[in-house]
Amino acid sequence: MEKIWIAILLLSPLLGAMINGFRFRSQNYRLAGSIATICVGISFFASVALFSKLLGMPVESRFFNVSFFDWIQVGSLSVPMAFLVDPISIVMMLIITGVGSLIHLFSIGYMSHDERPAKYFSYLNFFIFNMLLLVMGENLLIMFIGWEGVGLCSYLLIGFWFTDKEKAAAGMKAFITNRIGDAGLLLGIFLLFLMVGSLSFSDINSAGLSEDTGWGMLTLALLALFVGATGKSAQIPLYVWLPDAMAGPTPVSALIHAATMVTAGIYMIVRLNPIFILSPNAMFVIALVGALTAFFAASMGILQWDIKKILAYSTVSQLGYMFLALGVGAFTAGIFHVMTHAFFKALMFLGSGSVIHAMHEEQDIRKMGGLKKYMPITHWTFVMGWLAIIGTPFLSGFFSKDEILWMSVHSPRGSWLLWLIGFITAGMTAFYMTRLMTLTFWGKSRVPKDVHPHESPISMTLPLIVLAVLSVFGGWLGVPHGVSSLLPGHIPHLLEVWFGDLIAPIPGLGKANYALEYSLMAMSVLLAAGSAFAAYKLYTEKESLLAAWVQKAKGLHNLVANKYFVDEFYHARIIRPCVEMSKALWEFVDVGFIDKITYIVSNAFQDLAKAVRMTQNGNLQRYALYILAGLFVSLSFVVWG
Amino acid sequence: MISLVLFFPLAIALILAFLPKYWVRPVALFASILEFLFSLHFVYHFDKSTSALQFVEQVAWIPQFGISYFVGIDGISIWLVILSTFILPIIILASWTSIDDKIKTFHISLFVLLTAMLGSFVAMDAVLFYTFWELSLIPMYLIVGVWGGPRRIYASIKFFIYTMFGSVFMLLALISLMFMAEQQLGQMTSNLLSLYQLNIPYIEGAWGNPQALMFLAFALAFAIKVPMFPVHTWLPDAHTEAPTPGSVILAGVMLKMGTYGFLRFAIPLFPEAVNEFTWFFMFLGVVGIIYGALVAMVQPDIKKLVAYSSVSHMGYVVIGMFALNAYGVTGSIYQMLNHGISTGALFILVGMIYDRTHTRKIADYGGLAKAMPIFTIAFIIITMSSIAVPGTNGFIGEFLILMGTFLSDKAMGVAAVVGVVLGAAYMLWMVKKVFFGEAGKVVKETKLEDLNTRELGIVTILIIMVFWMGIYPKFFLDYTQVSVDHLVENISSYSLEVKVGE
Repeated sequence: MEKIWIAILLLSPLLGAMINGFRFRSQNYRLAGSIATICVGISFFASVALFSKLLGMPVESRFFNVSFFDWIQVGSLSVPMAFLVDPISIVMMLIITGVGSLIHLFSIGYMSHDERPAKYFSYLNFFIFNMLLLVMGENLLIMFIGWEGVGLCSYLLIGFWFTDKEKAAAGMKAFITNRIGDAGLLLGIFLLFLMVGSLSFSDINSAGLSEDTGWGMLTLALLALFVGATGKSAQIPLYVWLPDAMAGPTPVSALIHAATMVTAGIYMIVRLNPIFILSPNAMFVIALVGALTAFFAASMGILQWDIKKILAYSTVSQLGYMFLALGVGAFTAGIFHVMTHAFFKALMFLGSGSVIHAMHEEQDIRKMGGLKKYMPITHWTFVMGWLAIIGTPFLSGFFSKDEILWMSVHSPRGSWLLWLIGFITAGMTAFYMTRLMTLTFWGKSRVPKDVHPHESPISMTLPLIVLAVLSVFGGWLGVPHGVSSLLPGHIPHLLEVWFGDLIAPIPGLGKANYALEYSLMAMSVLLAAGSAFAAYKLYTEKESLLAAWVQKAKGLHNLVANKYFVDEFYHARIIRPCVEMSKALWEFVDVGFIDKITYIVSNAFQDLAKAVRMTQNGNLQRYALYILAGLFVSLSFVVWG
Repeated sequence: MISLVLFFPLAIALILAFLPKYWVRPVALFASILEFLFSLHFVYHFDKSTSALQFVEQVAWIPQFGISYFVGIDGISIWLVILSTFILPIIILASWTSIDDKIKTFHISLFVLLTAMLGSFVAMDAVLFYTFWELSLIPMYLIVGVWGGPRRIYASIKFFIYTMFGSVFMLLALISLMFMAEQQLGQMTSNLLSLYQLNIPYIEGAWGNPQALMFLAFALAFAIKVPMFPVHTWLPDAHTEAPTPGSVILAGVMLKMGTYGFLRFAIPLFPEAVNEFTWFFMFLGVVGIIYGALVAMVQPDIKKLVAYSSVSHMGYVVIGMFALNAYGVTGSIYQMLNHGISTGALFILVGMIYDRTHTRKIADYGGLAKAMPIFTIAFIIITMSSIAVPGTNGFIGEFLILMGTFLSDKAMGVAAVVGVVLGAAYMLWMVKKVFFGEAGKVVKETKLEDLNTRELGIVTILIIMVFWMGIYPKFFLDYTQVSVDHLVENISSYSLEVKVGE
């Protein structure tokens, strides 16, 4: 029975992609959008059905492992087309299909003026299919199909408006940057196969690998996998593609570049958490990269003017938080933040889409302001997202972010340094998000005269409302132990209970010091409130003060506003030398050297042939000479030999 | 049955010579499809449970020297046979309108070439193999030299001389093998199964080590055909100057004669030498992957780009073989088929656009996606197959090769994985320039028709193969598995039997 549900779940979006794919010329956005939305809706329904089945099962056997056919079978490698639905993957499946259907619905309105809506919806459905493969695959290779498949969809959707050269280039950049990560992921897969002899998640997790406290093969394998994660989940040093990826339609940014695909790296690590916990060094690298990414991305977000770019850097930064969580061993907190982030960031991206739609494709927040009165629903839902991300108490972001910050100091794998980076980042987050709110929705209107902003249709605002509700209440799935003991009714950390044994315990984790936990929580709330207030004041009343500050720290401002010149560095030091070298290889090695040698060889033969031809020039006297010489040589052999 | 499949094309070539011109194309197409159906006999009746040779036929040819007409098929050659017969109807269809000069000679060349290629895949006698190997040169030489581009004479002679140069050494090694057989087995023979039994002296470290020299002689001939770095420079010229059907048959099938030669001759005949030189060939393979990809990246001509991508892809095939484990060798065989289909398809697609615009300069294009949407979809699907996106055939081959290589030599594996990134880079860069952005010069000036029914048919068949081989590879791998396992397990004392009851 569950086999049928799983088949429906996977094939429904694929079918949708094919239907819209074959009628890609159609301009009927309503029909195309409805087909696509219904197909994802069916998947969501199937996910819910499977979820309720799981709920009814005993904890120790709470999973479905369904195999459809043998995919690859070579030597001792056997890869079935098998899918695993367990407490971890079902959470992702619900997010993907749930948030996914809302975003599909939103897209109908958003793409109403587009020339090729059917093609768009075909790609979007195909993305859902691949994303489901990614999270449901029972082994690393099925995951890898989805992993590259979502990358392909991302490439196609970023470059959806391909007549614009910049947009096509952004798609290509995303694909190639991700490919670098994928190369690492492949090496990780090979190393794991070398150690375990299987690619199945259950085999790997239960292989009984021993702890690797140094830099042994396990650590290398895990770091190689992490390289894959830095690509897909936009971490240092491979994050550069994500801000550019904003070239795609905004709902795509919400679905792929905020809620689902970019969390694939986190999902992979959680899927393999029993082996990640075995290598403190690999975990430390992950935590450090996560914390630094969170910090630097947030700092870049502060000085952006494009509404989507701000959200993009915010996403990179929030993904950094998730890796920080994973690195200190708080896997549940990582997934928890994936979930709450999917709600509030999808909400804000869709909200920005609603704004962009209303502003006739304008994305510069300097040309907005005061939109509150034109777009009340968009504004109020956006406010919920804003409150959630800056960590307003009892909203979703508060619970998940504070759990991460708390674990980064509480866990024996964590440290005060990591906490400090995370803490400062939280302040910056509140600052740049409030800046965005202030410049977009509040204050004076700077909207050009010929633009008349208007509220979006119901198909666009409905998803916003649903996501706003989720952003507000979604955090109650993971109430921290400290807080839950204070509350009436003792709501437990539902997510932790749900994952149960699937999450490896952190070795040496002590008892929580609630007093410390509360004080840290209070500190981050105060910091967030303070920076939010500061940002509001600075961007409404004290703009002259702001300008003075910028004037004073010109160098730093320049550095951050130009995103630390990372793209320029990559271009000048990696891409250009590579192209120059390739040109040199072609001109000097291929044409200039190897071909020259072949000419020399062939000329030598030609010369030889000429020389030999000389011996047969028809001159009888010379022939007589040859005969004499030959006679002499053979006679000498007879006489002396 | 093998003889029927082998000589049917030759008979057709003869018949074509006496047909009126307007009959040539329909008859050729019909015959090529018939030939493909004949060859499916092997797929239906193949015994997947044995590594022994099947469908064997043996007749004495020159008994004085122990040379016989000896043909058979096993898991290593079966798909190459099918690939050859599969490609021919596609080529005839693809050249339906693009070749209009001397079509009779052209089709005769194609059919003779098919016999030659099939012959090299099924020959189990070394001299017979050599005969077919050399025979394949002449029609290919004609196809490039007569129907090719402006520098066709240069390209065809370069192709011919390069290949002949390697073949001469192979012939010398072959003759020494036959004399060795006379010493060891009491009679001269070129029967490959007997040659496998020879104990070829291997003197470690000695200059003039007989086994090493023979291995290198064979390897040189095959390396040129593959082509491996640094003897690849004939390929870009041949590909660029050849007419579309020539490029397709060259990339699709002929290059595989080289890699197949390694698997059938060089590796099993000279195990100690292989052991000694494995690192060297893996190294050249990896260099080929990276070098081919880098040079492809800076090509201004689409066809030349695809040609250099061939060098890169064939590098994968080489490292996979020399990994000498089941993953690598299986992946290598699979990659030969993939390359035949994907690169063949790329050449066909490039040919289709060239027929319309008469330019292959990347800089002349831009924005083609808007003008020819269906063509664009097809091109992008094939591109994905070429850069080995999972779900397409390319992934299965590349993954198995990389894993096999990594398991046998970590450093080579890591270096080869770099190719995965570069492969995506040059292909997507080209796709971006040709299809995306604003309409370029030729796109604006030419009235471009999207694919017609004939073209769509060709492309659809190839795309179906791309997905079939990517989604359900088991169907294909089941045929090769036992033979590959047999090869990698008995690499030091390889022997092949003839299936009992034949």
